Amino acid sequence: MIGFATEWLGRLSWHAFPQATVTRGAAIGIVLGGLIVLALITYFHKWRWLWREWLTTQDPKRIGIMYIIVSVLMLLRAGSDALMMRAQQATSVGTHTGPFSPDTFQQVFSAHGTIMIFFVAMGLMFGLINLVLPQQLGNRDVAFPFMNALSFWLFTAGMLLINMSLVIGEFSAAGWLAYPPLSELKFSPGVGVDYWIWSLQIAGVGSLMSGINFLVTILKNRCKGMTMMKMPVFAWSVFGSMTLVAFSFPILTVALTLLYFDRTFGMHFFTAGGGGNAMMYVNLIWAWGHPEVYILVLPAFGVYSEIMATFSRKRLFGYTSMVWAVWGIVFLSFTVWLHHFFTMGAGADVNSVFGIATMLIAIPTGVKIFNWLFTMYRGRIRFTSHMVWFMGFVFLFVSGGVTGVMLAVPAIDFQVHNSLFLVAHFHTMVVTGVVFGYLAAISYWFPKITGFRLHDGLGKIVAWCWSVGFVLAFFPLYALGFMGATRRLDHYDASLGWQPLFIVAAIGALTIATGVVFQIVQLIVSIWQRNERRDITGDAWDGRTLEWSTPSPTPFYVFTKTPVVTERDQFWADKQAGTVQRGYEDILLPKNTGVPIVVGGLALLVGFGAIWHIWTLVVLGLLGIVMAIIVRAMNDEPEYILTAKEVERLENARKRKLKEVMA
Amino acid sequence: MKKRRILLGIWLVVAVFLAVAGWYISRRSLPIFQPAGPVGHKELNLILFTLSLAAIVVIPTYAIAVIIAMRYREENHTKAKKRIKYDPDFDHSRLFEAIWWGIPIIIIGVLSVVTWNSTHTLDPYKPLASDKKPLTIQVVALDWKWLFIYPKQHVASVNLAEIPVGVPVDFHVTSDTIMNSFWVPALGGQIYAMPGMDTQLHEQADKAGSFMGSPANIAGHGFSRMDFTIKATSQDGFNAWVKQARHAPKQLDAAAYTALAKPSESVPVTYYADVKHDLYNDIVMKYMTPQSGTDQ
Amino acid sequence: MSEVTTTLDLRRVEAEATSKTTLGFWTYLMTDCVLFAALFAVYAVQHGNTFGGPDGYELFKLPYVLVETLVLLISSFTCGLALLALQKRDKTMVLTWLAVTFVLGAVFLGMELSEFHAMAAEGNSWRRSGFLSSYFTLVGTHGLHITIGLIWMAVAGTLAWKKGLTASIHKRLTLLGMFWHFLDVVWIFIFTVVYLFGSLHL
Repeated sequence: MIGFATEWLGRLSWHAFPQATVTRGAAIGIVLGGLIVLALITYFHKWRWLWREWLTTQDPKRIGIMYIIVSVLMLLRAGSDALMMRAQQATSVGTHTGPFSPDTFQQVFSAHGTIMIFFVAMGLMFGLINLVLPQQLGNRDVAFPFMNALSFWLFTAGMLLINMSLVIGEFSAAGWLAYPPLSELKFSPGVGVDYWIWSLQIAGVGSLMSGINFLVTILKNRCKGMTMMKMPVFAWSVFGSMTLVAFSFPILTVALTLLYFDRTFGMHFFTAGGGGNAMMYVNLIWAWGHPEVYILVLPAFGVYSEIMATFSRKRLFGYTSMVWAVWGIVFLSFTVWLHHFFTMGAGADVNSVFGIATMLIAIPTGVKIFNWLFTMYRGRIRFTSHMVWFMGFVFLFVSGGVTGVMLAVPAIDFQVHNSLFLVAHFHTMVVTGVVFGYLAAISYWFPKITGFRLHDGLGKIVAWCWSVGFVLAFFPLYALGFMGATRRLDHYDASLGWQPLFIVAAIGALTIATGVVFQIVQLIVSIWQRNERRDITGDAWDGRTLEWSTPSPTPFYVFTKTPVVTERDQFWADKQAGTVQRGYEDILLPKNTGVPIVVGGLALLVGFGAIWHIWTLVVLGLLGIVMAIIVRAMNDEPEYILTAKEVERLENARKRKLKEVMA
Repeated sequence: MKKRRILLGIWLVVAVFLAVAGWYISRRSLPIFQPAGPVGHKELNLILFTLSLAAIVVIPTYAIAVIIAMRYREENHTKAKKRIKYDPDFDHSRLFEAIWWGIPIIIIGVLSVVTWNSTHTLDPYKPLASDKKPLTIQVVALDWKWLFIYPKQHVASVNLAEIPVGVPVDFHVTSDTIMNSFWVPALGGQIYAMPGMDTQLHEQADKAGSFMGSPANIAGHGFSRMDFTIKATSQDGFNAWVKQARHAPKQLDAAAYTALAKPSESVPVTYYADVKHDLYNDIVMKYMTPQSGTDQ
Repeated sequence: MSEVTTTLDLRRVEAEATSKTTLGFWTYLMTDCVLFAALFAVYAVQHGNTFGGPDGYELFKLPYVLVETLVLLISSFTCGLALLALQKRDKTMVLTWLAVTFVLGAVFLGMELSEFHAMAAEGNSWRRSGFLSSYFTLVGTHGLHITIGLIWMAVAGTLAWKKGLTASIHKRLTLLGMFWHFLDVVWIFIFTVVYLFGSLHL
């Protein structure tokens, strides 16, 4: 009996279900929410449709939408974590202990950081790339559609795993990067760190595959005539970002694996004794971690480039300069990782070199800012919500850049390392850089995806809420850092006088939350008013790049005939000349396949088994994955041909339907 | 006009808010802006210098952003009173590129030199220049308190360390648990505390006072309750404190240390009258070779 | 009515797909390089952390490792022969050389597992010290890649046997060849840095 139990249950037991009220409540909420969704799908008999249209799709537009849906859900999850953190730090002073215990609080901030980086920012990025990149390159799909779908389902498996930790077991309390020895078995004996390891490991494999996929897409999937220097800047920024993915994610794989080995097989990579070296982990994780933040921000910069040019009705200023700046940032981002631990004692020579390399990144980044501002110069600027996001970004990101240059000076870092000053700095970069960019992007490309525009007035309110909320939430933290407040505290002394600043920060967080509420309202209102907001031509903003030449929403075949390009901003040039690219051709499209979602599910089981030491589950899961791949390999006809005639018929049907809707 | 009035109103609210916030913050203790020692002073000067250097680029950037955004709005183009140029193909300028590659390169160049010099001057491992003999304090990060061993004075204390004003202090820092960080903002700087490693931080207090010390790396359950105090007094005051510690009832022998090392939070200030010889060294070295109870 | 209509040139599409797959696989191999580089870096940091236990000089048996290395090198050679036969569209020779490569690869793996087992039985397992953890992980990761290569070889060989040398199987075997040679190169580094340097007390 006992043997059976350990075979199939590992270290799972009834104690795995959460004890703390808050966690229990959240767990029940998630499970109930999930069950309700499943019940609704069953009630409306949508399973077959779901399976055929979404779960087995290899259409990057559908995959992109799924990425964004998952990421937005995770934004709500990690955002709630943030509200909890602000509530704790605004109230846990002196004799009060705040609403959460230290254990809960530490899991909350660890989950907040991990989910925001891996499942919100990465997800939004991959989603947008899926939706936009192929079309911008004048093509229909990425280089490897099967691997694209697989990447998404691995991402989802990781997301499910990290949310499972709320229901069965616990999460890591060691921060979003889980430094040893704290993350070693001795100091984190529970399953928390293992959940962290495996959700990242599985999602990370998906990310690495996406990196390879999008790299080859850019190199090989451009339409006729589109040389590299005729690509949109967004494509260049994706190119740079994916290069970083390819070179940095293997390092994450190694770091996570070695930590798991320490915890599970008694190895001594990072243990305090036994010949382990915790500093080595810090180096490995940041050798990945620093490129990671540039992975996230480069496509966001690309988005700003697209938005600027479109809404200023002007060519992007300094295209060549922008491309060089991207590669400057890519190269430099590999040379700076040590700035995350100047205080670990590497010595003055080493610290100086890395400090100087870090400040150098300010140069190409600054160049980009000026190129954007001078795109606006002598343009005709339409101040839509997208430009509000951009202006918020310019003012706030630059201020964050200043604090970054300060942190790059090791002797300054000695004073503010791991303080709230640091927290304010990196949130400034990630929120105003990455999040503002991707939220603006969703609004910008929304008509392309759905066929109607979002309510722009509400969009402006959203952007203002986020910007003002951001200032209120994070500028007090800069001050708190100077006041000696370290990060991740769940309690502090009343005599320090920090509380009012934390209260302001909490108000800021609520303001951002208000912005999120307005986003939901905006979505509902826009759907309600979709007929008035329809984008008939497909060119919702008088755009410049090729994706605006397709209808909105883009049909699954994208282009009836892939365009031929002779210059940058070909679509803009075509519009000025009054020409339209047309024609029909036979199209080779991938067939739907259930293998990616099956592999994702098996990966989830492998991860779960690895966490709970259910080795039979791990072995069976891995075998299942191997078999699924073999089954796929034996598939001789993974694609089908859509004839030109059929495309013409579909196109005519689409145009007919649009006329009916507009009548 | 109504729009303008609303905008003005908003700016007024913002200005008042900033004024109140600024007043509030200025009344608080900002140890980084009120350094108590030479290291902290130098670090503050660096902060102010870097800010000034950055301002050279940032203030014009903000100005340009505001001016361009306001001037080239679509509405302005349609208003006849302003002749705003619309140049949709103006997309490169050697002059502009030279300026915004060039000036940042120069500024970063200057800052690089300053960085190299300051990093060497303020290297935590570098002893401070002084004609006084340095005081050595060995610091051990524990769960969840700080142990201060004074090897020459043969006393030890928990969560409070006194130092004499004007005397350079050589902190040797280690951990007998997880990776932590030893941070005293008012004196300046921090250094990681790691098991099996001996790191150093050189500090000095130039005025008397009680200075907050903070753990600066997430350390587990009791992380928020292991702040400590560094108190700087006159030389006589320090001598008296040491004498008082030597009359403490307990001694920090092996057994007492093992008891102390057990996890505990919010530990009150404790003194030990004598310290086991080479205790700090033993704590560091025990991670280097196989011993009972350290394999993990 | 339709304007310009073009039909699909399947040969060109096939060539483009092969080109993409090859580039994609090279990119993957680069990422695998980074993976191994990180493991080598870990080994470099930890190779002296014997924590009172034995070091490479005491543990590694160079003659044994030399045989292992030769087995793997020869398997790379026979893999090359298989690919040459592939160019000549000689199905029997492809399958023969592939089988020989598989056997040699399996022998290599067997020898490696036997070495691991012997060390573990003596008490010098991956738990013993940081040095041994990094040794087992670096060499073991290579062994894991070899195992995956063997599975791939078996599947591809079976498919080739059943369906003949189709274009898709041609592509897969070429990539397998790239993979196998890559693993060989990694092994040269392992042999040098781990075994040779270790035995020379470097």
